Amino acid sequence: MNTTIMLFLLQDGITNGAIYALLGLALVLVFAVTRVILIPQGEFVTYGALSYAMLATGQVPGTVRLAVAMGLVAFALDLFFARKALHVRLVMRSVALNIVFPVALLGLVYALVGPNTPIAVNIALALLIVAAIGLFLYRIAFQPIAHTSVLVLLIASVGCHLALQGLGLVFFGAEGLRAPALSSAAVTAGPLRFTGQSLAVYGLTIGFIVGLWLFFGYTKTGKALRATAVNRLGARLVGIRTTLSGQIAFLLASVIGAISGILIVPITTLYYDTGFLIGLKGFIAAIIGGLVSYPLTAVAAIVVGIVEAFSSFYASNFKEVIVFTLILPVLVLRSLAAPQVEEEKD
Amino acid sequence: MTQRLPLIIFALVMAVIPLLPGIPPFWIVLLDNIGLAALVAMGLVLLTGVGGLTSFGQAAFCGFGAYTTAVLTTAYGVSPWLTLPASLLVSGIAAVLLGLVTVRLSGHYLPLGTIAWGIGLFYLFSKLEFLGRNDGISGIPPLSIGAFKMLSPDTIYYAIWVAVLLSALLTMNLLDSRTGRAIRALRRGHIAAEAFGVQTPRAKLLVFIYAAVLAGLSGWLYAHFQRAANPTPFGAQAGIEYLFIAVVGGAGYVWGGVLGAGIVVILKEVLQSYLPYIFGGQSQLETIVFGIMLVLLLQLAPQGVWPWLMSRLPLKPARKTRDTSVKLEHRERAAGTSPVLLHIDKARKQFGGVLAVNDVSFDVNAREIVALIGPNGAGKSTTFNLITGVLAATSGKIAVLGNEVANAPPQEVVKLGVARTFQHVKLVPDMTVLENVAIGAHLRGNSGAISSMLRLDRADEAKLLAEAARQIERVGLSEQIDQLAGSLSLGQQRIVEIARALCVDPMLLLLDEPAAGLRHMEKQRLAALLRQLRDGGMSVLLVEHDMGFVMDLADRIVVLDFGTKIAEGTPAAIKRNPDVIKAYLGAAA
Amino acid sequence: MSALLSVADVHIAYGKVEAVRGVSLDVADNEIVTIIGANGAGKTTLLNAIMGVLPLRGRTTFAGVDMAPLDIEDRVATGLSLVPEHRELFGTMNVEDNLELGAFRIAKAVAATSLERVYTLFPRLKERRKQLAGTLSGGEQQMLAMGRALMGAPKLLMLDEPSLGLAPIIVADIFRIVGELRSAGVSVLLVEQNAQAALQIADRAYVMELGEFVLSGPASEIAANEGVAASYLGFQHEGESVI
Repeated sequence: MNTTIMLFLLQDGITNGAIYALLGLALVLVFAVTRVILIPQGEFVTYGALSYAMLATGQVPGTVRLAVAMGLVAFALDLFFARKALHVRLVMRSVALNIVFPVALLGLVYALVGPNTPIAVNIALALLIVAAIGLFLYRIAFQPIAHTSVLVLLIASVGCHLALQGLGLVFFGAEGLRAPALSSAAVTAGPLRFTGQSLAVYGLTIGFIVGLWLFFGYTKTGKALRATAVNRLGARLVGIRTTLSGQIAFLLASVIGAISGILIVPITTLYYDTGFLIGLKGFIAAIIGGLVSYPLTAVAAIVVGIVEAFSSFYASNFKEVIVFTLILPVLVLRSLAAPQVEEEKD
Repeated sequence: MTQRLPLIIFALVMAVIPLLPGIPPFWIVLLDNIGLAALVAMGLVLLTGVGGLTSFGQAAFCGFGAYTTAVLTTAYGVSPWLTLPASLLVSGIAAVLLGLVTVRLSGHYLPLGTIAWGIGLFYLFSKLEFLGRNDGISGIPPLSIGAFKMLSPDTIYYAIWVAVLLSALLTMNLLDSRTGRAIRALRRGHIAAEAFGVQTPRAKLLVFIYAAVLAGLSGWLYAHFQRAANPTPFGAQAGIEYLFIAVVGGAGYVWGGVLGAGIVVILKEVLQSYLPYIFGGQSQLETIVFGIMLVLLLQLAPQGVWPWLMSRLPLKPARKTRDTSVKLEHRERAAGTSPVLLHIDKARKQFGGVLAVNDVSFDVNAREIVALIGPNGAGKSTTFNLITGVLAATSGKIAVLGNEVANAPPQEVVKLGVARTFQHVKLVPDMTVLENVAIGAHLRGNSGAISSMLRLDRADEAKLLAEAARQIERVGLSEQIDQLAGSLSLGQQRIVEIARALCVDPMLLLLDEPAAGLRHMEKQRLAALLRQLRDGGMSVLLVEHDMGFVMDLADRIVVLDFGTKIAEGTPAAIKRNPDVIKAYLGAAA
Repeated sequence: MSALLSVADVHIAYGKVEAVRGVSLDVADNEIVTIIGANGAGKTTLLNAIMGVLPLRGRTTFAGVDMAPLDIEDRVATGLSLVPEHRELFGTMNVEDNLELGAFRIAKAVAATSLERVYTLFPRLKERRKQLAGTLSGGEQQMLAMGRALMGAPKLLMLDEPSLGLAPIIVADIFRIVGELRSAGVSVLLVEQNAQAALQIADRAYVMELGEFVLSGPASEIAANEGVAASYLGFQHEGESVI
């Protein structure tokens, strides 16, 4: 085999794999805390990428209006569920989070938008928009059914995916978009050329893995999130607000999704529905990681990226078939290795 | 039968609909689509709602059914009716292959695995040359009877709905049988079912194949309805939608599948045709609204619409009278080579670095009540699990009447006449007491899935139910026989477990904390029952924390501490044993 | 005497079935109150509803605050704490993390002294502080559950069947510690099937049957009541006291 081609495929695979790893991490995080299998993760990717792309051309993306609308619904839900015990602090908090925050964001977007807005500002705005959507999505769609089965949550998750993908078409149109690169720097090592973009991908992935590890291992909030994942009732009994844990998880996941999207959109043209397939591959990595292990998920994601790169070179027609069936033997091995779930202690 | 009449009425209504004057042809098309979706959803009800195996991949089995007939009829000119068995067979074989892998998956891996192969198969359909790649296959001939060709939606309508009604009938028959009870027990975990001889992997594979064959049937009908097949309707989205249909309708109910299909198909149609008028031609709006309605519906009725509807109808299930005169033959006793009923010799169980059971030895003789006591974590339940084959011993010997059982699966151990109850009650809460207890007699019946579907199992079934009713009467729960097990108090549920164990016709009864949650009087009744069983020739090995109960009842006591046997003897001797006082009883009187 | 916890005419239903019917009780400062009765009588249901895990109809006030509008997390903040029947520990986290999370709503400095206090009360937990909670023995898990609840510096500790499944010798230990809590200024509401042990340490007792209180009064009187002795203390008497 030609070494240059192999190295090139490896590099390509690792870059894609790093993106899948980011998404896989977010999926694991959300599942661990809320038991929601986050199918709309792909929409966070497209929303982040395409909002950024539109901002870069000086247009206001429709997503910011969606954030305002979702904020209003979230506010209404807050009021409805607390109707028997409304007190000022609660209402003020809800107004601040659900109304003031998205409206201020809307104002900020209109004030700052323009063809010459710096890239960093556009990125920040895109991230904030998607973060708000992620936060409200949990409040609206999942918090009211947080106690139900994984299956019901999963179906609700699919519903969110359908709605958000449809809205994506409304906001961004059927045409694909691309955005300016984050940096034009590049490093050459032997036959390989590393762009600033791909270096940013590696850096952010490693940064997130380390960051999440520190967060969950050493901070009170991180431990509280883990506790929620391990035992919901136990967490509530020590005063941890599980609804807050869920919101934090969704916030992190939406930001991670949006960052992934912003990292990809300068490299490939993204369409309103591209996110789904990208999300699914992160998802495969997450499943291989058993929905619990961050490092394993990251490694699995890199493997998925590499397998994808090689199969698109050698059997491009069957690329997806190979990627998606890759998972079965892994699942079987994991199931065989897993201890008996029902085993009881005396 | 209470189930028959509504079914006949429903069938008549469905038969008349296309004949009504003025029915828009478009409605008939909708009903055709509903029927096609209902078939798949019904399989999912059995697989997911009843069996607890969530599958996102059912659309792929429709694909197998549709493509099989598409290829055979167009490329080889085979008659459509001849391709029906072929379509079902191909879906079934695909299900066996995928199922062998899938049913081994545990927990969340299972639904996730189905998403993965669902997507993989979709891409396979759309890439294979002989399946026409993305364009698919067109020009599939219509179904025909003699010269009559089912070309229009209102002719194939009958084919579709006959299939739906027949499948519904067969499915309900299956659920209300020996095999059905085994399937219904799957969702609550496999340990309890296996303890009574149910081959759970086989039962899981059975429902998996059943659901796939129904999906294959739907695919076959679809191909002849559309007269074409392309990959789109067999992709991940469709698989998700079928599951959604089942959940919306009520995943645990056969009619929930049909109802869900009606709701979803009509909802989608309404959204597709009216939303553009309201919002002025925006594309994709129906997906948005559809998605939002999905979330909304789950928030309002997470159990599905069917049970919600049923709970609002003033229907009372008729109290069934049961013929208890039919006798079930005694179980064939295993040949014994040893006078000792249960012989445990240096049994040891290691979990990683933890020694849960450390070379424990003791015997249980015929007509004897032996109690196993010790602190939590002493290895009592682990010992039970070693005896019943739930866990394999690391080393040592366990024999029932001289037949070595170490490392035999639970299904083999129960055949030797060892029946058990569980520390954490393992009943199926949405099955009646009678049905739960009848699972205990699983090995004493022999009707399979096919004979149950065709109702050839009734004589066998009557015997099993009569035996279950007798055991329920024996433990004093006749009043509760038709109640759902989940509605009983925990104490009563423990007694139901004892009745279920008695249905095995056991020689040795293993009871894990049978008296927990019972009141003084109930404990006395339980003790009396156990003595009566012993005097009738049965032996009992029990784990119990209530020292009063144990000391009063047991002939012999074995004390475990940290996995090690620290004492064995009569209650009087145990009470005075200094080691037992130090480790377990404390400063006794 | 103003009650710390006051529960008035409480009804709790699962769907159409009323599990608790018109129950009233109160617990004063520095008091140990026990509710005895068979499994299924509604004791656990009552505790869970007081904590806010289940909805109830009726009036509950704690430390002068109406509990109705508060959810579980807010009730914890008022100084009410429940050690549930199944303990609900964070099994894959170690003992110290479990305890630290018990003080989730408490300032860090206060939590440090609480930790010392819990370790003094349960020296076993200090020995095992790096061990995962799920690998502890039953008795140790019960201690950890109690310790975790105490980390939140509650005014009232509700204990649901602390002796369940434990060796008599450990049960004695647990009850001794419950007795000591009173001197530390914590009131206790104790639900127990082991009526004899509960009545020995409690000040007052309620007897619950089929969702209603059928008897209440000073623990010594309840213990002497013939009906109670026959229903709940019976076997212990016959089999001779084991505690």
